[in-house]
Amino acid sequence: MNSMTEDRYLMFLGCAIPYRVAAFEISARKVLAELGVQLEEMPEFNCCGLPLDPVSHEMMLILAARNLALAEQKGLDIITLCPGCAGTLKKVNKTLKEDAALRNEINKHLKEAGLEFKGTQNAKHFMQVLIEDVGLEKIKDSVTKPLTMLKVAEHNGCHILRPKEFIGFDDPENPKTLKTLVEATGAQCLDYLDETECCGAPSVGVNDKIALQLARDKLNHIKSVDAEAMITICPFCHIMYDTNELRIEKTFDETYGIPILHYPQLLGLAMGIKPEMLAFNELRVDVSKMLDKVSKGGK
Amino acid sequence: MTQALQTPIKASEMDPKFKYEISKMRGGERLLRCFQCGTCTSDCPIARFSDTYRPRQIIRMTQLGLKDRVLDSDTLWLCASCFTCTDRCPQDVEVASVIRVLRNLAVEKGHIPRVFKEQCASILESGYAYRIPELRLKKRESVGLPPLPKGNPEGIRKTMREVHFLKHMETKG
Repeated sequence: MNSMTEDRYLMFLGCAIPYRVAAFEISARKVLAELGVQLEEMPEFNCCGLPLDPVSHEMMLILAARNLALAEQKGLDIITLCPGCAGTLKKVNKTLKEDAALRNEINKHLKEAGLEFKGTQNAKHFMQVLIEDVGLEKIKDSVTKPLTMLKVAEHNGCHILRPKEFIGFDDPENPKTLKTLVEATGAQCLDYLDETECCGAPSVGVNDKIALQLARDKLNHIKSVDAEAMITICPFCHIMYDTNELRIEKTFDETYGIPILHYPQLLGLAMGIKPEMLAFNELRVDVSKMLDKVSKGGK
Repeated sequence: MTQALQTPIKASEMDPKFKYEISKMRGGERLLRCFQCGTCTSDCPIARFSDTYRPRQIIRMTQLGLKDRVLDSDTLWLCASCFTCTDRCPQDVEVASVIRVLRNLAVEKGHIPRVFKEQCASILESGYAYRIPELRLKKRESVGLPPLPKGNPEGIRKTMREVHFLKHMETKG
């Protein structure tokens, strides 16, 4: 942390989290507070713009630029929990900074609301804030109950890493950050086949069968290495595995019973925060066996 | 797309200007560089489970100017936007972005799959891509989470009118 202002961020929730992934928000706010990261709210934010990109690239640009311009007025960088929001805001930030003609065009739509995109603030995902701004040492120092008894698998998802030209964070072909953060909790982070494969969530509603097959593949791969939980950092990936695990089991006659945790839930446990404060009750897949093991302690 | 690919191509179907139009749009600039190596299709998670979705074919059909076949095809909407193809293309073609450009043009022809249209409608109504139930809002309060941002639906509607997008929401998708 270089200065006082750097540990303050404007919280950007996006759409999926308030819709059905409250556990991510509750646990993330808890661990960020524990790590001394201050969050401010922005009551004027709208959707990041990404859901409109397939139908109107221009609308996506305007919605994203408006959010960035609001953050500029506040003089704070944005922190998002959703990698889709982070990716969109980063991409639009870079594009508009580099293309003056486009910037002027987009700013015409913001003018009436008294806003102007200048390109003076950044947007970062929660995980990037943890590794780059909070720092690994501080995270390790916050761990009071190392989870050495757990073997878990991580799942990054796509938008936290790709397209690399705009994300500029970690290596999409061999990502290390989430593994490092998982290991900071004391848990063992297992390697498995096709770790960087898409969860399938974007295909839900377009072709559910393809989406479920992708998620099934992933669950099979983490089951084969005996992972006791999967750790995610994206609300959509989480919905895909947690909400749909039972459906995948029924559709393909599989048995998993693997709990899917948001990373801040895992970190929170290692910080010694009680599971009920980390919204474990919001998870669909039964997590009691894993929590019992954690509360018993030992290896 | 299966049918779109299996019927013989007539020279009259090809619009030689189409590839240049796409190349002028953001994300489509490097379309002409594609030399059909197939890296995009072989690395595509959707192609692994779909009999019809092949990004390489969509790119080739676009280069050939098979405008209607590409834009009228449901297959265009199967891309999960994971950007693996974009990141791995040896010719730096932004494959996923070319597909997004094509989708935007398909919308102008009146094609919006239901799930995309529903998200647009929800954004128009509330500023959020999903209709967040009242119960969820009350629950936020009860667990001590701050109120949700207002979402700016009036502003979004006004902008959609400015960019002439609103009319697509009124057509049958």
